[in-house]
Amino acid sequence: MKHTVTVLLLIILFISSNLAFESDELIAEDEDELIRSPVSSSSSSSSQIGSRSQSPSQVTRKRSTETESDSRVQFALEHAFGDSSDFSVAGTFTARLKTSAHGGQTLTKLRFSRNDLTSTEKEKFKKLLETDDYYKIRLPSDVLNAPGRDYVISSVKARCLPRNGLDEHILINMEGINILAVNYGSPGACQYPRPLKLPAKWSFNSHTALKYSELAPRTPIFSEDIGGVEIGDDEGVKPMVERSFWAKYWMYLVPLGLIVMNAVTQGLNMPEEQAGAQSGGQTQQAVPRGQGAAVRRR
Amino acid sequence: MAMAIKLSLILLFFLSSSFALYEDQVGFMDWHQRYIGKVKHAVFHTQKAGRKRVVVSTEENVIASLDLRRGEIFWRHVLGANDVVDQVDIALGKYVITLSSEGSILRAWNLPDGQMVWESFLSGSKSSKALLTVPANLKVDLDSPIFVYGGGYLHAISSIDGEYLWKKDFATEGNIDVHQLILPGGSDVVHAVGVTDSSQFDTYEVDVKNGGLLKHTTASFPGGIYGEVLPVSGGRFVVLDASRSVLVLITIENGQTHLEQTHVSDLIHGSSGNTVILPSKLSGIFSLRTDSCIVFIKVTNEGKLKVMEKVDKTVVVSDALPLSEGEQAFALVEHGDGKIELSVRLVHDMSSNHLKETVKMDHERGFVHKIFINNYVRTDRSHGFRALIVMEDHSLLLLQQGEIVWTRDDGLASVIDVTTSELPVEKIGVSVAKVEHSLFEWLKGHMLKLKGTLMLATPDEVAAIQQIRLQSSEKSKMTRDHNGFRRLLILLTRAGKLYALHTGDGRVVWSTLLQSLRTTSQQKCAGLKLHQWQVPHHHALDKNPSVLVVGRCGLSLTSPSALSIVDAYTGKELQSTSPAQHSTVQVIPLPYRDSTEQQLHLLIDADKHAHLYPTTPEAADIFQRESENVYWYSVELDAGILRGYGVKKTHPSNTVDDYCFETRNLWSVVFPSESEKIIATVARKQNEVVHTQAKVIADEDVMYKYISKNMLFVATVSPKANGPIGSATPDESVLVVYLVDTVTGRILHRMTHLGSQGPVHAVLSENWVVYHYFNLRAHRYEMSVIEIYDQSRAENKDVLKLIVGKHNLTTPVSSYSRPEVTTKSQSYFFTHSVKAISVSSTAKGITSKHLLIGTIGDQVLALDKRFVDPRRSLNPTQAEKEEGLLPLTDALPIIPQSYVTHALKVEGLRGIETIPAKLESTSLVFAYGIDLFYTRIAPSKTYDSLTEDFNYALLLLTIVALVVAIFVTWVLSERKDLQDKWR
Repeated sequence: MKHTVTVLLLIILFISSNLAFESDELIAEDEDELIRSPVSSSSSSSSQIGSRSQSPSQVTRKRSTETESDSRVQFALEHAFGDSSDFSVAGTFTARLKTSAHGGQTLTKLRFSRNDLTSTEKEKFKKLLETDDYYKIRLPSDVLNAPGRDYVISSVKARCLPRNGLDEHILINMEGINILAVNYGSPGACQYPRPLKLPAKWSFNSHTALKYSELAPRTPIFSEDIGGVEIGDDEGVKPMVERSFWAKYWMYLVPLGLIVMNAVTQGLNMPEEQAGAQSGGQTQQAVPRGQGAAVRRR
Repeated sequence: MAMAIKLSLILLFFLSSSFALYEDQVGFMDWHQRYIGKVKHAVFHTQKAGRKRVVVSTEENVIASLDLRRGEIFWRHVLGANDVVDQVDIALGKYVITLSSEGSILRAWNLPDGQMVWESFLSGSKSSKALLTVPANLKVDLDSPIFVYGGGYLHAISSIDGEYLWKKDFATEGNIDVHQLILPGGSDVVHAVGVTDSSQFDTYEVDVKNGGLLKHTTASFPGGIYGEVLPVSGGRFVVLDASRSVLVLITIENGQTHLEQTHVSDLIHGSSGNTVILPSKLSGIFSLRTDSCIVFIKVTNEGKLKVMEKVDKTVVVSDALPLSEGEQAFALVEHGDGKIELSVRLVHDMSSNHLKETVKMDHERGFVHKIFINNYVRTDRSHGFRALIVMEDHSLLLLQQGEIVWTRDDGLASVIDVTTSELPVEKIGVSVAKVEHSLFEWLKGHMLKLKGTLMLATPDEVAAIQQIRLQSSEKSKMTRDHNGFRRLLILLTRAGKLYALHTGDGRVVWSTLLQSLRTTSQQKCAGLKLHQWQVPHHHALDKNPSVLVVGRCGLSLTSPSALSIVDAYTGKELQSTSPAQHSTVQVIPLPYRDSTEQQLHLLIDADKHAHLYPTTPEAADIFQRESENVYWYSVELDAGILRGYGVKKTHPSNTVDDYCFETRNLWSVVFPSESEKIIATVARKQNEVVHTQAKVIADEDVMYKYISKNMLFVATVSPKANGPIGSATPDESVLVVYLVDTVTGRILHRMTHLGSQGPVHAVLSENWVVYHYFNLRAHRYEMSVIEIYDQSRAENKDVLKLIVGKHNLTTPVSSYSRPEVTTKSQSYFFTHSVKAISVSSTAKGITSKHLLIGTIGDQVLALDKRFVDPRRSLNPTQAEKEEGLLPLTDALPIIPQSYVTHALKVEGLRGIETIPAKLESTSLVFAYGIDLFYTRIAPSKTYDSLTEDFNYALLLLTIVALVVAIFVTWVLSERKDLQDKWR
């Protein structure tokens, strides 16, 4: 019975994916770095699996084998246009519930199928774009017994979404089977001030990702390493000691060298200077004479 | 390599020496004030010889011995926050006995110096009232026992060494609630008087020698009992019945208990409900307070009640004080207009005042809350009285001979919030005489300093130099200074009083008891937050700056709020609304100002409506324009939900009030209740300035800090780990930290610390957060840092692009863009547990930062931010070393010289506030707890100014000497030239 239901569900899924299915599948691990061109995401493929143009039959087979070991969960994405409207179902997430060895449950293989916008919804969205208002989404905080304690809400200025179509990026922060928060917005930048731009195509390009918490880096403990580090330091120091006679005493050696050089040059200059002094003496003798002449002249 | 090691050593040396203070610099730019808090018990100790002192215990759990002459603290002990003092007494004339923690800890302190003599832990089986009786002269086997009732047990403790003598379990005697322990003079029996199931009156007589039960009398009273049983005289007690309208007089005679009922309305005509028996112990007399008055009622020997006197209900009555002739005196304080009347009466002779004094009292101190009296023998051998009174603002005053001998502003021990204000600009017209005088003083001071520098000064002069340095009139002037060191610290205290302290010397410039926050009989009001309201900088310069005080009248979140605006220069309450129309849960200062430089504030009430202040059309106009970009968040601690809000677009026609706005929920983050509980949330300081977004790293690369004003740090722990350390195993305690964008609710970063738990203290500044927690696996405290960098601007490295202008640095950033951020984080061990963390803040944000950590020892430690840099590695490369990156260590160093508080302690440290000075290098630090401490720090040294004790005279002298030398040599050389020419 359960099996048939799931199969039925899958068929529906498959059909919908054939018609207007623009979803994106990702495997839970390391899915933070999801930046893909919106063009590629319109097909229901996953970059992790590799082949973009996966045949539907392949997918179903794969799924049917998986359902035997893991259970599937489904939860709805609801949206609202501005403050005035209430939340209504906008799409469905399907994921595999994986139970790890020590009892913790996590979601993997998230798939998202978005419903088409109805004409009234299009109108509402247009109005949002005109008034630069918020487009809101919400998800249940507990995927198993929705809605859990409360809904997890996120909203974005509607004008951030339109590109070619309507581009959205949904990053779901998970803790076990609980949804902590959902980050909703355009996949890229949203410039400010926001210009009014109507999308060419009234359908959503969805990028979805699951994100779990990462572990903090451990505090390094050096209790054992300290000895090693010190040895390393010694090794670093020893050759330096060998070659460091210059390094250590250059400040004494350089002035000494300079003094020696100076002394040598002076020693060399001495005879020259004496000779020069003699010649200078001659000129000096000439000067007083000149002076004397000047005085006398005065 | 060796050079690098040397370099780092030198660096370390500089780091360590950068705040080291010389001994003679203490008190030069810092001040420290010691307080005790609101006094709740006082015991006078008037030993014949020695100094007169009074021992007090306070609501801040402080036990202190004060000098009766000057009000100074002889010694003081701060018990922990959970160790509430129940009773204080003096035993054997030399020990102060304190009973605390609901009667479970008994301590004896040496009276002269406050050393702890002994400490006893009393085990109890249930929580009960804590009673302490120290018999004056009871001797049991050369020992004087102390009787303590706590936790359902009556203990007898030796007052010499704190040994247990015996204990008597009252919990087994039925569900008795002991109200009084009485030791009739001269007998060897302790009477424990109590009530069982609030309908049966019991007395037990217990032998003081061995704790044996001698006698038990009981009488049932079906009407129920309200409040406490009060002993009136030997064997007589009074109590109110449950309806509070009938007085029950209990008489115990020959083992028989008689109950006699009297209607209160029979005694006091026209009295209504709310009757209370005041706990003043006066022999033969008790006092009753009703809605309208206080009545003294005498119990005659025949057991009749007789009304002695009616006084106003605001009168405060002291306990009885035994006088030498076996009679008793007590004091009454009556509050008048700008004065208080103290009258001392004898219990025997109620009709006349033994003493009546009128004391002038400052309006700002409010009503008298408590009075304790003490007597002394005057020079003419008659009795003199002194009274210690506790006022509404928690200040403590000693009255004697109709005068206030001393006052202590102990309200400052319970500071709730701090803000600062600039001082007025100096007036230009200063008289010439003053200038001359100050110039002369200046010169004299500098000559003295010069002497000191040249080691010519005599010891007297050295003392004078120190005096000048400490009390320079310059630093305590009431005008704005160029460096921005002189400011007013505006403190809001728990008593609802606002103080302005001068940063120069810490004196109180003004203080105001806020009328809007005064607790009346109808409502209990308390201050909550303090905000800058008006800071005239460019416009409205004729106005004084003002602050907004937000309070709440009532206990629940939905109770109406009280708002008042106070002039920061004079302390005058400019405007007050109490109670306001709405409640206040959150106050959001908006970054907008109106034309008079009033800051716009949004007050969020319990129904999630936003109220705009100031309520002027101009403000509403500004807000309407900007309301699209106003976001805020709320933290629902109990539910574990973060919610973000914006203002709803409204049409002006259908709003109820022009200043009340509808809000809408924009995002929410729901933490799973079974695995996470919020324990800390920290946001960036509103007024923080970041100098540059770019950070140049080692290989001339640039990293861009992710700087968002809307970042919130949230820490959650698993619910099991929410208790104290040790209550959860490492496997079941998980600490998760988040960085959340508060505009979109985006989780920017999430990280799990396994095996860790709170308490978490954190500080968020620029693009980093540092937090402190306990690692259960390592059994140590840890500090972690997360730095968050913006990747979207990483391409802006090209200098050419920057010059040409092809960069995206000037484009506005929208929170709705998907942020491309990377984080770096690292953890270190830290020895201390922490009470508060803050970070230094400077005017332009150029100066490097110091973390200011309030340690468990109530000191403030400055830790260079470079120690908590996640880019530290074990073996930094040459380039990284040149950048100033320190080699990685597993623990953060605690350098003793880097204690900002040097040798002082800020007892009961609760918060550290940093205020930027105008001088970029300097940050003002104010730490508050029970004590107050203020200082200035310069994390990168004062690179932009000369130190205050810079010797200008020496510089001047050197210049003059040089000029003289130049002239002399010039003249000499001229002369020489001339001589040469003449030759």
